[in-house]
Amino acid sequence: MVRLTIPGPELMTAGHLGCPGCGATLAMRYLLKGLGPRTMLTVPACCWAVMSGPFPRTCVEIPFLDCAFEATGASIAGLRAGLDAKGVKDVTVVGFAGDGGTVDIGLQALSGSLERGVDAIYVMYDNEAYMNTGVQRSGATPWGAWTTTTPVGRTKPQEKKDIMAIVAAHRIPYAATACVAFPEDFVRKVEKAKAVKGPRFLHVLAPCPPGWKYAPEETIRLGRLAVDARVFPLYEVVDGRYTITRKPGKRTPVAEYLQKQGRFGHLTEAQVAAIQTQVDERWARLEAMERMTAEVRT
Amino acid sequence: MQRMLTGNHAQSLAAKLARVKVVAAYPITPQTTIVEGIADMVASGEFPCEFLEVESEHSALQACISAAAVGARTYTATSSQGLLLMHELLHWASGLRVPIGMGVVNRAIAPPWSIYADHSDTVSQRDTGWLQYYCESNQEVLDTVLQAYRVAEDLRVMLPAMVTEDAFYLSHTFEPVDAPTQEEVDAFLPPLEMPYALDVDRPARFGSFMGPDAYMEQRRNVADGMEAAARVIPGVEREFAERFGRDHGGALPLFECEGADAVLIVSGTAASTARSVVREMRAEGKRVGVAKLRVFRPWPVAAIRALAAKVPRIAVLDRSFTFGFGGALFQEVRNAVQSPRGGPLVGGYVAGLGGRDIVPETIRAVLDDVLARDEPDVSWVGLQEVKEWSA
Repeated sequence: MVRLTIPGPELMTAGHLGCPGCGATLAMRYLLKGLGPRTMLTVPACCWAVMSGPFPRTCVEIPFLDCAFEATGASIAGLRAGLDAKGVKDVTVVGFAGDGGTVDIGLQALSGSLERGVDAIYVMYDNEAYMNTGVQRSGATPWGAWTTTTPVGRTKPQEKKDIMAIVAAHRIPYAATACVAFPEDFVRKVEKAKAVKGPRFLHVLAPCPPGWKYAPEETIRLGRLAVDARVFPLYEVVDGRYTITRKPGKRTPVAEYLQKQGRFGHLTEAQVAAIQTQVDERWARLEAMERMTAEVRT
Repeated sequence: MQRMLTGNHAQSLAAKLARVKVVAAYPITPQTTIVEGIADMVASGEFPCEFLEVESEHSALQACISAAAVGARTYTATSSQGLLLMHELLHWASGLRVPIGMGVVNRAIAPPWSIYADHSDTVSQRDTGWLQYYCESNQEVLDTVLQAYRVAEDLRVMLPAMVTEDAFYLSHTFEPVDAPTQEEVDAFLPPLEMPYALDVDRPARFGSFMGPDAYMEQRRNVADGMEAAARVIPGVEREFAERFGRDHGGALPLFECEGADAVLIVSGTAASTARSVVREMRAEGKRVGVAKLRVFRPWPVAAIRALAAKVPRIAVLDRSFTFGFGGALFQEVRNAVQSPRGGPLVGGYVAGLGGRDIVPETIRAVLDDVLARDEPDVSWVGLQEVKEWSA
């Protein structure tokens, strides 16, 4: 018998409309395990606006408010204010948005809510492109990746937008990265975020089989590779102090992660080496942040 | 109690008297003093509410929508560009059936930049599912905000409402206003009861996507709410009159329309000027009248048709311009009254754009024109000859 290392109760039922192997469905499932039933969710245009099912069906067993694409930050502010006005204090307000809805069109409302100290959790599930509309480039798409708007021959020439740095610049009490391939780490961070008051942010990597072009059964393996190849480091920023929560012992070359995905199939050896350099530089910078902020008073 | 208030302070005071629970707003001239007035009352403790100084009008309305979705009474205020930025959310609010209250200070749309009175901002939002009241005095502003919540929150309606006032003519002009007591307002406007508010003890989804099998019925449901508002408005006005001893005449108050040869339909502060001109013209023996379009949404089609049945000529003055055939009010009046059996002659007149004063001569020119006209037409009143502007 396998010991269950994350909470057993499910608040997401069977019957979602996500693709086979969808990382974003796991992101919702683990998030709700960590938050429990006294949670209110607001979701903008994104895969999850569709995956929960059409009216009158829904596959999450908590209140779910659809909101405008660019307005998740404002929607969590409104929910919190409305609940506070009614004297409801024990309900966690959560905004759950994709990467495009966060780093691109939703950045202003997110920044406003972080700056104003809205007491809510903002979760960005990151599949690194506009997947709901059919794989278009977002600000979170990595350098060199194929999408339908950055086709081979004109793939993305910019690095992924560093949303965690933007969020951390607002000096909020809790921000963390998580990955659906590490459910214990993910749920622990959700529980930690839930216990904090003020604005909280979770950046969750959610691999996407049709968008990244890999077989659905590879989602967890790819999530693990993303973390272990240091492409997507797991870390927390608590009151300004950076802590890397998983330091991969054996160094996994980034090529192992890239070669499993069709969206990187066109890359030359030189381009793979360039990505390795970017990854190494970002990791070094993250470690430097961890050292530099070790003395930050919390 | 009589107080000297600007139209904007009448808005702030009405929001407080309505016991609004969540206010979210962003500054824009000439709306700003509404929000400043609320901020002062929140700071002094006399207006207990959640006050969100958001980073845009778009976020202001989304915050109100989400707060209303959990059952809180909400208020926001804006003008012009701010209302246009809200456009997407205006549809969200009516589609989600949340009874938000919004003050709009009517201001011209850029470019060119103009901060002055013009109804194009709200008139261009006529298709968004919001109730729209146009006010003529600061007393009417205060009273109408209170009435608008009663109508909007009626379970048959459940739609958001905007209460507008003309930039500067009302927003920054002091007038004596009879301010009701909190007890009087509480007796008229009970707390918001929203049976379908989001609640963790009764999880539901609010705003799901709908396929072709359901979407059309949802739209019809919103349309039914708007049609119900037309039936609810007169009753709310009657009750208001009984409690407060004054009313503002419902959706289309008439002045000297009995036996008139021509009636001018107009909204906002120009209605006062129009009544004064009608008095003068009546004294000269000209049989003219004024119908003030106080409610533009729901469109008071029955009242417009009843008026059309008894007058041979109607002039419609639009203090806005939409790019079609004439002004939007003109188009809607003409559509409402045209019939194969004939009907009154309807003339469309565009005037007062970008804060140009609608003076007695403007009104007189319109009425004289419609009295003399043989064919319906659209004209711009008070348009200057275009000059060459060069160095």
